[in-house]
Parts: sequence; structure tokens; C-alpha cells
Amino acid sequence: MDYILSLITFLPLIGALIIGLFVQGSGSQSSENAKRVSLVTSIIVFLLSLVMFSEFDKNSSDFQFVEEFLWLGFFNYKLGVDGISVILILLTTGMMPLVFLSSWTTDKRVKEYLISFLILETLMVGVFVSLDMFLFYVFFEAGLIPMFLIIGIWGGKERVFASFKFFLYTLLGSILMLIAMIIMWDISGTTDITKLLNYEFESEPFYILGFYIPSGIQTLLWLGFFASFAVKLPMFPVHTWLPDAHVQAPTSGSVLLAAILLKMGGYGFIRFSIPMFYDASLYFQSFIFILSVIAIIYTSLVALVQTDMKKLIAYSSVAHMGFVTIGLFSLNQQGIDGAIFQMISHGFISAALFLAVGVVYERTHTREILAFGGLVNRMPNYAMVFMVLTLANVGLPGTSGFIGEFLSLVGVFQIKPLYAIFGAVGVILSACYGLLLYKKVILGELIKENLKRINDLSLREKFCLYPLVLLIIIFGIYPKPIIETYSVTVANYLQILN
Amino acid sequence: MSENLKYLTPELFLVIFNLGFLCVMLFVKSSAILLNCNKIAALALIITAVLVHFNHVDANPIINGFYTSNEFTAFFKMLILFLSSVILYLSDAYLKKNGLLKYEFPILINFSVFGMLVVISSNDLMTLYLGIEIQSLSLYIIAAYRRDNLKSTEAGLKYFILGALSSGLLLYGISLVYGATGSTQFHTIYSAIMYTDRTLGLQIGMVFLLSAIAFKFAAFPFHMWTPDVYDGSPTPVTAFMAIVPKLAIGAILAKVLFDVFGGISDKWQLVLVFLSGGSMIIGSFGAIAQNNIKRILGYSSIGHVGFALMGLAAVSPEGLSGFIIYLFLYSIMMLGIFAFILNMEKDGVLVTDIYLLAKYSETNPATSFAFSLILFSLAGIPPLAGFICKLYVMMAIINSGLVYLALVGAIVSVIGAFYYLRIVYIVYFSESDDKLDANIPAGHLLVLFLSSTAIVVGTYNLLGIEPLTRAAAESLLY
Repeated sequence: MDYILSLITFLPLIGALIIGLFVQGSGSQSSENAKRVSLVTSIIVFLLSLVMFSEFDKNSSDFQFVEEFLWLGFFNYKLGVDGISVILILLTTGMMPLVFLSSWTTDKRVKEYLISFLILETLMVGVFVSLDMFLFYVFFEAGLIPMFLIIGIWGGKERVFASFKFFLYTLLGSILMLIAMIIMWDISGTTDITKLLNYEFESEPFYILGFYIPSGIQTLLWLGFFASFAVKLPMFPVHTWLPDAHVQAPTSGSVLLAAILLKMGGYGFIRFSIPMFYDASLYFQSFIFILSVIAIIYTSLVALVQTDMKKLIAYSSVAHMGFVTIGLFSLNQQGIDGAIFQMISHGFISAALFLAVGVVYERTHTREILAFGGLVNRMPNYAMVFMVLTLANVGLPGTSGFIGEFLSLVGVFQIKPLYAIFGAVGVILSACYGLLLYKKVILGELIKENLKRINDLSLREKFCLYPLVLLIIIFGIYPKPIIETYSVTVANYLQILN
Repeated sequence: MSENLKYLTPELFLVIFNLGFLCVMLFVKSSAILLNCNKIAALALIITAVLVHFNHVDANPIINGFYTSNEFTAFFKMLILFLSSVILYLSDAYLKKNGLLKYEFPILINFSVFGMLVVISSNDLMTLYLGIEIQSLSLYIIAAYRRDNLKSTEAGLKYFILGALSSGLLLYGISLVYGATGSTQFHTIYSAIMYTDRTLGLQIGMVFLLSAIAFKFAAFPFHMWTPDVYDGSPTPVTAFMAIVPKLAIGAILAKVLFDVFGGISDKWQLVLVFLSGGSMIIGSFGAIAQNNIKRILGYSSIGHVGFALMGLAAVSPEGLSGFIIYLFLYSIMMLGIFAFILNMEKDGVLVTDIYLLAKYSETNPATSFAFSLILFSLAGIPPLAGFICKLYVMMAIINSGLVYLALVGAIVSVIGAFYYLRIVYIVYFSESDDKLDANIPAGHLLVLFLSSTAIVVGTYNLLGIEPLTRAAAESLLY
């Protein structure tokens, strides 16, 4: 078990190397082989992470499976997981086999496509396991390259614009984080996250160029990290890259973007901003609440008028991420528990929704809502799956979407009830756009000519969608397995901070 | 004197080889030698590098204090000799194809390299001036090497006129410094500054000196010649100018700052902050509107010079070592890029328009992957080596308390990322049907792949150069 984290992190890279070096030729046979290699690799990684999870001690808030090697001297290669990261790693590794299954029909430059995804998996897992902030930055930032290529090469019509926007937005945010990291290293003399978590950064107010800086250096560092995580999450008003990126990305790219890449922002908040700059977090609490509430209400309203299915889901993602930030920054057990649960559950729901959109897109090559209608007549299984997903997206009790939103709202209600009320309005709005979408696409008479011969879910698509639907319902009814994984860690965090 | 001579062996060997080669080539009409003259000259450079390796490390100045030979100089000299020989090798095919293969080319390159060796080792402002002139004069000529080409002639002339101006600045600065301190030798000036008044004349002289060196370094606000000269010169010359002089001038700039004006670092720190910040901004904004890859690289080199100068502006051992690491990795990356650009051909004609790279990845996946990797590294995307060296200089500058310069660098590297990505985008996504029909020779491919491997491996241990740069930095500081 000594090097299991390194193994989980870098096994996908080895799979990518195998595809790159040993899968020769360009015929359909070789791309079939490449798909098999990537699927098998991702399944092995998933099983390994399950093994790791079974050995994981949920009652300890320490970092476990820690590995440390000397790297460039001032920053080292250090890995480890605690309750929060372990659950996100499981989400990542569990999502990858579904991603590869869902992209089985790709036929454009298959090998490069799979290699990009495998490299991306390494980098995503790396973000969650790294215990050195520069290592974290390297993984966090390097993920831009494969995602840029995925959107840019395999994306839709406006892919170039979308990929550039995605890249430059994220880069601008994270480069400010890099500056903040260097300043942290300069102040504390270490890049080790475990040490930084126990380091108290100054919070004495001071003046810079005549500006009053309330919580001192903490405020500036907090803002540096905020720039990066707010773009990544994304929060209002820097969310505009997300709809573009989602619409243009291929289905599996959207799935990863929604299910995992967005979660890096939330993970960053809970790993860096809140525990390390607690005073600044308290100072900015209302600011975050206001932005989150705007995100929840505004983007829900925007989602209401979308004509493109993917864009609608993208905007609903922004709204749901609003619940994550509102929960995280309520800085109490329920709020943070709820926010992390919301991240996991949104990982299932949005991934499944994008997969569901991908199903009809593959058949009709359009995502316009108006191009559909009455799909229930030809696709009963699909209609059922879509219904569960829509209701989960709305946050209906009994689905995992409810638990996250409810706990986050409970958390924020304890300190600022007003924001909880505004947040709850978002739930109603999400019911509006969610049910409207369902009505327009699935229900009604099947009158469109081209839909009259549409087929229901294939076996492969069932394999992609059913596990997610099952998980959504199981964790909606019995969320304990997820929450108990990280609640000790969160409780310990809060105990230290208060 | 004679025991001192052994430290000069490499330079003596190189200059004697050059003169001898010139004399021989005047009379030999053998096409076999003519065809291989680049390789012979490259071999001479390699031998010189070996000689440098066995003839250095003496802390004290030699030849009456005019010259030094230590870890710092040896590091840069070997790097320069190695890179120049690779560039000579790379330019061979280009010169042959364009009918430019004359023996003057390698000889001029070698003379320029000789000048750089003198510059790096100089321990006296006069040696410094002579060295800079030797290297620049050769560069003026080879910039105009395609004399039947309007742009090339213009490049040479422009470079010459502006270069002459900067030489004038240099001499004027030297005379002012001499007037203020009574000496032209580095260590004497250093102690004079430490123990006497820091007169206004000295400070003005210092600024003139720095301006002249910044001109050769292509740092803002003395950068104007760079894009034009890079664009107009034949591509092998561009490759040479973008890589090798940067190292030599960077070395002497560090040396002048720390060995001569080390006592008044508070005075020159702000100058460097200005040079560095301005270069980074110009470098990134200038390249946005360009379609010509040589011009883009011109601006990109200005931007990178700005980043490297950030290390010097930190005025610390870490900063100096970051500066050296930056120049080293920059030259490695540029070498790979130029190995590719030298083969950007369409219908047998060399092209520089980046839009002609469209769909290149479909026909040459491996090459375009290596090329894009280097571009990502130049943009400073982790985990590639280009990021690590940016991290080094940023850490040094923040450590010195100049956070705002690091902020400028951070924002500017986002803008810079745009134009590097644009090239990647054309290589991978563009729909255009104009295609290159380049057939890259194996040697060039090897250089390209080695360079891209180096920037990946470099993330692990910076190719093991970190201790070397530390030793080099220390031999300069103490």
C-alpha cells in the first residue's frame, strides 16, 4: 500500500504511453484496440482506488498513504489523502470508465483523443492527491493542455473560440494563485500543505498605496486563490467561459468538465482558502454569499431561456455550484458537509445529464431543444432515465441532489437566514427550467419526422447511464457512506479553526 | 604571463583555427571541403568547448587583470560553443538549398563566437568593449548575408546603425565610469565604489553602460530592432541571434551588475525592474498581431529576456541562479523551435507564415506534438521546464519584495500564452488547406525531439544544471 497513490495517479499515463507507442496503424482495428486499452486502464485505476478506499481510515482526520520524495529541493513530491480528497478521487476514477464507454463511437483521431483523456485523468487525480502546493499547481494547471486540445480538436463549430476562452480565463486565474503561493512560501518557508495548514498567516490590517487591507496579508492571499478557484468553479461573474466550453466540447469532454474539473475549484476552497486564511474567509463571507446567490438566481433565469440543451445544463451547473460556495463559506459542519456532498452529487447528475444529451445528439446531431419532442414514445428507457436526472437536478427529496442543497441551505441558514431564503428560490427556478426542458424534449406527441425512427438506449449507453442513476437514488436515500467519509476531517478542520 | 596563457588556450585555438581556415579556404577550391565547411567549423567549436572544460577555474583575474576564467565563464562558454555548433549543423541544409553555402558563413559565426568568449571572460571594460564589437561586427555581416535580398540587407543595415549607436553609448559610459573611479578594471571599480563617494558621473556612466548592454540583449526600451532584424535575416542567422548572443550578453550583464556595480545595487535595481517589466509587456503584446513566425519569436525573445531580467532584478543568489537557469532553458527551447522553423517549406520555398502550418498535425503527428510541447513550455504551462524556470525567477523576485513585478510577469504570461496557443491552434485545429510540404531531415528531427524531451525531463531535475548554476552564481558573487 506504500505507493498506491502514485500508482493510481500515474497508471493512466502508462496507459496513454501504451496507446501512443504500441497501438500501431490507423485502421478501425487499431482504434478499437486503443479504446479497449483505455477502458481497461481506467477500470484498473478505479479498482485500485476502491482498494485504497477500503484501507482508508474514516475515523482519522490525518493525511493517509503519505508519500514524499525530494524533487527540486524547495518543493517536493508529496502525496496523501484525507476524507475530502479520497471521495473526490473515487469520483474521478469512477467517472473515467464511463467517459471511455461514452466515447466508444468516436472516429476522429481516436488515439490522440484517448491519450488526452488518460493524461487528463492523471492530472485530475494528481490535483486531489498532492500535498505540496506547487505540485498541486502543476497538476491544476497542466490539466489545461489536454482540455484545450479536447475542446479544440474534437469540439463543435465554435470550438476555437471556446477553447481559447477556457484556456485564457483559467490561466489568468491560476497565475494569480501562483503568485499567492510564492508569497506563502516566502512567508512560511514551506510548500508542504500539511505544514501550511498549521501555519498562521498574519491577519493584522495594513495599508497598501493608501488602501486599507482589512485582514492583512491573508486578504491578499485569499484573493489570489479566489481568482483561480472562482474561475474554475465557476462563480458569477467569471462563469461565462463554462457555457461556451460545455457547448463546444465533445460529450465526454463535457462530462469530465462538469463532473470533475469544476470540483477542483471547490476542493481548492476547502483545501486552501478556508483553513489557511480563515480570517479573510470570515471577512469575505458575505461577499461570497452575495455572489453565490446571484449565481443561483441569475444563472437559473438565464437557463430558463436557453434553446440549446447543453447550454441549459451548463448554466444549471453554475447555479448548483452556487450552492457549493454558499455551503462552504457558511463555515459550519452542515454547510461544508452539504457543499462537499453537493460536489459529489452534482458530479453524478451533471455527468449523467451530459451523457443523456450526448445520446440524442449522436442520433440527431442537434442539441436544439425545439428539434425534439415526444421522445417518450420511441425511447421509454431514455425518458425514464432523463426523468430521474431532471428531478435530481431540481433537488427532489429522495435524490442525491436534495441532500447537498438542503445541507448547504441549513448551513447558511444558521448564520445568514436571508441568503438561505434567496438560495431556496433557486431550487424553485431549477424546477422551472428542468421540468420545462423535460416537457419539451420528452413529453408530447412525436411529430418531428426525423425522430420517428429514433432508437432507445443501446446496451453501451445503458452501462453508462444506469450506474449513475442508481447512485443518484441510493445516495439520495442513504447519503451516510459519503458523508461519513469526510465528516471527521471537516469536524477536525472546524475545531482547529474555531 | 606565460603561465597565464594556458587559460587563454580555448580562445587562442578558436581564433587561430578561424584565421587558418580563412587562409586555407581562400586557395582551396575543393568542393568536398566547401560542402563540409560548416561541419568543420562546428567541430572546431566542439574542440574549443573541450579545451574550455580543461582550462578553467582560477578565481583571480589573469593577464594583468584583463581576463577571468572561472566556473561562471566556463559554464556559459561551453553552453555557447555547444549551441553554436548545433546551429551551424542545423543551418547546413538551409544554406545548401538556398545557394548560400560559402565558407565565410561558418567563419563569421566562429568569429562572433570568439567575440562572445572574450566578452564572457572580460574583467575589464576595454576587453568587454572589444569582445562586444567582435561579436557584433560578425553579426552585422551575417544579418545581411543574403545580400541580393532587400529585407536581409535592410536587417543588416538597421542592426549595424543601431548597434553602432549602442557601441557609442557603451564607450561613453565606460569613459564616465573611468572618470569617476579612475580605472577600467572590474574589481578596482568595485572597490572604488565601495569605499568612495558614489558620484553622479558614476551613476550616469552606469546607466549608459547598462543601456548599451540592454540594447545588445534586446531588452525594452532598446528592443526596436529585434523583430525587423529577426525577420529580415536568413533563418539560420535568426536562430543564431535569438539564442547564442543572448547567453553571452546575459552573462556579461550579470557580471557587470554584480562584479562592477555590486556596491550600488540599490541604484540599478529599479533600472532592471523597468527593463524587465517593459520587456515582458512589449514581448507579449507585440506578438499578438503577428503572423510571421520569425517576428513572433522576435517578440517572444524580448518577453523572455524580460523574464530572465526579473532574476537579476531580485539582486540575490537565488535570482542570479534563476537568471542563468532561465537563459539555459530558453536556449534549449529555442533550439528545438528553430530546428523546426528551418524546415518550414512550401513548394521548396522557405515560408514564415504561421497559417501555413494548418493541419500539420494530421500528416506529422509526432513532429507537431514535439513542436507544440515546446510552445506550451515557452508559454510557461506546468509541468514543463519553461514553467519551472519562470517559477524560479518569480520566487526570487517575490523573495526580494518586488511582488508587483511578479504580478506583471504573471498577467503578461497569460497574454503571451495566447500567441503561443495560436500556433498550436493552427497546427492542430485549423481548417485551411494550405499545407507545408516540408520534409524534415533526420538530424533536425533529432534536435527537435531532444529539445522537447529535455523540457519534459527538465521538470524532474532541470537536467541537473541547478548545482552548476549555483556554482556559477557563487563564483560571480564572491
